[in-house]
Amino acid sequence: MSLPHLADPAGRYRTMRLIRSFEELALEWVRSGLVVGGTHPYSGQEAVAVGVCAALDPADQLTSTHRGHGHVLAKGADPGRLLAELLGRVGGLNGGRGGSMHAADFSLGILGANGIVGAGAPIAVGAAWAARRRGEPTVVASFFGDGALNQGVLLESLNLASIWRAPVVFVCENNGYATTLPAASAVGGSACGRAAAFGIPAETVDGMDVEAVRAAAERAVRRARSGGGPSFLECLTYRFEAHHTMERRFRLTYRTAEEVASWRERDPLASSPVAGLPEAAAIDREVVELLSTAAEFALTSAEPDPATATDHLYASGLRPRSGAAL
Amino acid sequence: MTLLSYAKAMNRALADALEADPAVCVFGEDVGAGLAGLTLGLQQRFGAERVVDVPLSEQAFTSAGIGAALNGMRPVVELQIPSLLFLVFEQLANQAHKFSLMTGGQARVPLTVVVPGSGSRSGWAGQHSDHPYGLFAHVGIKTLAPATPTDAYGLLSSAVRDDDPVVLFAPAGALGVREDVTAPLVPVPIGEARIHRPGSDVTVVAVGHLVHQALAVAEELADEVSVEVLDPRTLYPLDRSALVESLGRTGRLVVVDDSNRFAGFAAEVLAVAAEECRLLAPPRRVTRPDGAVLPFARALDRALQPGPEQLRDAVRAVLK
Repeated sequence: MSLPHLADPAGRYRTMRLIRSFEELALEWVRSGLVVGGTHPYSGQEAVAVGVCAALDPADQLTSTHRGHGHVLAKGADPGRLLAELLGRVGGLNGGRGGSMHAADFSLGILGANGIVGAGAPIAVGAAWAARRRGEPTVVASFFGDGALNQGVLLESLNLASIWRAPVVFVCENNGYATTLPAASAVGGSACGRAAAFGIPAETVDGMDVEAVRAAAERAVRRARSGGGPSFLECLTYRFEAHHTMERRFRLTYRTAEEVASWRERDPLASSPVAGLPEAAAIDREVVELLSTAAEFALTSAEPDPATATDHLYASGLRPRSGAAL
Repeated sequence: MTLLSYAKAMNRALADALEADPAVCVFGEDVGAGLAGLTLGLQQRFGAERVVDVPLSEQAFTSAGIGAALNGMRPVVELQIPSLLFLVFEQLANQAHKFSLMTGGQARVPLTVVVPGSGSRSGWAGQHSDHPYGLFAHVGIKTLAPATPTDAYGLLSSAVRDDDPVVLFAPAGALGVREDVTAPLVPVPIGEARIHRPGSDVTVVAVGHLVHQALAVAEELADEVSVEVLDPRTLYPLDRSALVESLGRTGRLVVVDDSNRFAGFAAEVLAVAAEECRLLAPPRRVTRPDGAVLPFARALDRALQPGPEQLRDAVRAVLK
């Protein structure tokens, strides 16, 4: 059974709209200082998270990245609790302990966004290995960007997944830049070439087309679930915003305005089969309402008590020694 | 009476853990063959799906252990060489250790990393001879260094059952230790020190294989001084109350620790003593030098490790 909220084009459009609007609100909250630190906006890449998650079952799992809001929302996390997490509130997904870069909801199989590029891939392989050992049909989707293509641990993970025939779908979101470094000047060979070298079936798909991503992801998930081992998808996409919210202050010039504009013309929301229909306008209004409720939840959620700052440091309940003078 | 070796005790602890809990599994290089001794015979007994030979990809298989732990397994990762811990520091310090807090308690990572043969093995030179337990203690990972076969059995058993990541250093210098075992082998709680020899004049805190050196020196000096030998067994979390109690009796402290001096384990023991105790004399420590890299030649390798002469001198120094 696939994720019910992504079962049809309208549901997929709705979730893409939710992610876009969520990111716009998050940006606003970063600018106003409500969100401390910053975020890595997912705007522009929505078709990848939604297309891949549309191929997953509720019990399937994923590992995410520093740019993780889209993956977390697509898998079904509550937007109010994700917003509360960005605010560091008690009602956040992680109780305010993780923030934007570590958002997780284990009850939905979201094994966490991760602040280290490429770090999620081996975790996905191990999770998939364990699930298969336990006789569960779980498939694990591992999201990462083109920057991770040059992390050694990602290559080790491809190999491990291959020899274990682990039920993993590796999803490379190639948005053209590892922060400011163009993939064209950073990636020797190719993304799919890396997967092929480890005997993993790989395909490149239009990451701005949610239905194309979904179709490719369904092939990959089917292969994984039937014991055919891992697959690799390179999704060609683009981030409409800066790498992170700090970047906006510096007015960087590594991308031309023309380039950004040309990708904005390929907005995945506009190319959805639902776009332009009266249904889409209704969905847009519904998402505004949903986010308003989510924002209300987040803003009214309590601030954590500083006395609880080391809670959860150890699963066993060990309390660390205080840093204060005795 | 059975004479049990340290290496055999570790092997038995792992076998008993695999037997007791189907969630326990082992990832490591050459674990099928049992090259490091720890897993000898275990793949034949429990199968290649539970005692898993992995390719030379320490970072990936350590993190795969994390992923498996997140999905309910209790993986034991074997690293044959202590310096491989530097390769997987990211996986342990930045991933495994942080998951519980960062997820607000949603995740637990019951992962055990074992180094069978840490520290110098004589003649394995710069990149195979480190004892970096202080690094793991510093970041807050539960860090164990058993000295005896029964403690090796007991602490490895507890590590596998613990819900947090644990790194266990089995010092090369202790692997050959044998012990008459009369009582059944049982888990040893993490975080509890052990007094191997009671004494009233000086507390010698000794780590890992150096416990045996400390006991020999204590015996040798028995006519001139009463030495208490305290083995923390768990380096983090440190059993501070056992240390403070011992120093309450003796008032004098020497630490013998086979790791680098600067910001090393011994430094923390001295700091605890300075903060929490009234000592009768300035404490001493015997360690490797600051930033030590063990040279190859046997005499040079030995020259940088804590030796019995230095310990003897340190004990006498705190008596003055």
